[in-house]
Amino acid sequence: MSDNENNHHSGVGLVVRGLRKSFGNQEVLKGVDIEVKPGEIFVIMGPSGSGKSVLLKHLIGLEEPDAGEILINSEPLTTPEIAAKYRMALVFQSGALLNSLTVGENVGLYLTEHRLKPAGEIKKIVEEKLADVGLKEAVDKMPSELSGGMKKRAAIARALVIEPQLILYDEPTSELDPLSAVVIGDEILELNRRIHVTSLVVSHDRDLAFGVADRIAVIIDGQIVTVGTPETVKNFNDPRVQEFLNADFKRDNKQPRL
Amino acid sequence: MFENIGEIVLLFWRTLLAMPQAWRQRDKIFDQFFEIGNASLLMVCVLSFFIGAVIALQTGPVLVERSLPNAVGGVVGIAIAKELAPVMMAILIAGRIGSAMAAEIGSMRVYQEIDALRTMNINPIHYLVLPRLLAISIALPMLVVFSVLVGWFGGAVVADLNHRMEIPFRVFFADLRDIVDLKDVANGVFKSFCFAVIIGTVSCHQGLVTIGGPRGIGRSVTKAVVNSIVLIVIFDYILTRFLLK
Repeated sequence: MSDNENNHHSGVGLVVRGLRKSFGNQEVLKGVDIEVKPGEIFVIMGPSGSGKSVLLKHLIGLEEPDAGEILINSEPLTTPEIAAKYRMALVFQSGALLNSLTVGENVGLYLTEHRLKPAGEIKKIVEEKLADVGLKEAVDKMPSELSGGMKKRAAIARALVIEPQLILYDEPTSELDPLSAVVIGDEILELNRRIHVTSLVVSHDRDLAFGVADRIAVIIDGQIVTVGTPETVKNFNDPRVQEFLNADFKRDNKQPRL
Repeated sequence: MFENIGEIVLLFWRTLLAMPQAWRQRDKIFDQFFEIGNASLLMVCVLSFFIGAVIALQTGPVLVERSLPNAVGGVVGIAIAKELAPVMMAILIAGRIGSAMAAEIGSMRVYQEIDALRTMNINPIHYLVLPRLLAISIALPMLVVFSVLVGWFGGAVVADLNHRMEIPFRVFFADLRDIVDLKDVANGVFKSFCFAVIIGTVSCHQGLVTIGGPRGIGRSVTKAVVNSIVLIVIFDYILTRFLLK
């Protein structure tokens, strides 16, 4: 996130303590506590409207908490200087590519706007990052020409250009077919293996969560209900968690729902 | 509209503070300038010609009947330079460019593109507002100068060809030169600069505060145009009062 060069090339640790946020009368986060270890893939699962995306926006500085604190490598994320010290990137649910720019321009935007490299070098880095996510041939395409999965992969490439120490994924597999979802999941694992970035994934996709997570937290109604390894969470004895994890379609001919 | 005046003034102030970034944003400023200027030129031409023509048509016969044919050039010249060209062009640009600014920025806001800029530490004021505000502040006064010339020409054509006036071209412009000063044109250009700042700031602000989906974008576009026009008319009076001193 910063123009400043810093020497941290591995992932950062993240601690969230007592985070609260309300919009009007509606309390969305009711004292969230989580601890993410450096280099870990940490997945926050929960039903729609449970506060996952709002939590993510707090971590990247798009929202300010009503109460509580966020620590990165034990430093409170309260000033722009601390935020600028660590490189963080968010992969938006929609990709959030700038529609007026080509895919290549989108991926190189951070470097271009902050004038961190000469144009030739930026071009090379963009091609390299797009190749990393299998989109080398899409460099001159407009975002409107890409499929949903390609947009998300382009958004990951844009995040990689920042060389993040913490990468946040907001519903990375939503609106994707199962094959594209697997590609994105593999991408998250591969990045974590290759650059040891700390990854925080917010998702309600159970397959993705149990496929990539080192640890999982389940958030329901703005509160963390449980945190642990995928196995621990799967066996956690709470009816709300079990209902969420085991929800499935049931074809019942005797009592049609419609 | 009035509850947002504070936010609009704050946005303008923040854009002024961002002015040292202007050189870095020169490509975007040029793109916007081209979009505003070049794309509006034909419309400005048609509108200005007929404004000049209709002013000559309305005032000319009345003045000629009262034995004041040498006032026609001056009346048309003053009306266009000081009032009609700046105000009409500002209204045209508010409708054409202000709406596009609000729609583009509003859509970027709704589809999280502005959030994406923030996560990359790119200030949306530097990236989006500054180029648009600077481009419109340069383009609108230039369009107004063009509009004044075309408007005078429209008035001269009608004064010459209309059988109730029949004021030759050369005489029309000689009369116009007797009455209209360079200062009068400068007044109109200054007004148009102020109107450009209003349109740019109001439209960008409206885009940045857009909420909701396509309906929200539509609402922002309407508000940007209506609020700009209302402020243009109010400031037109204030500026005219001030410039008359």
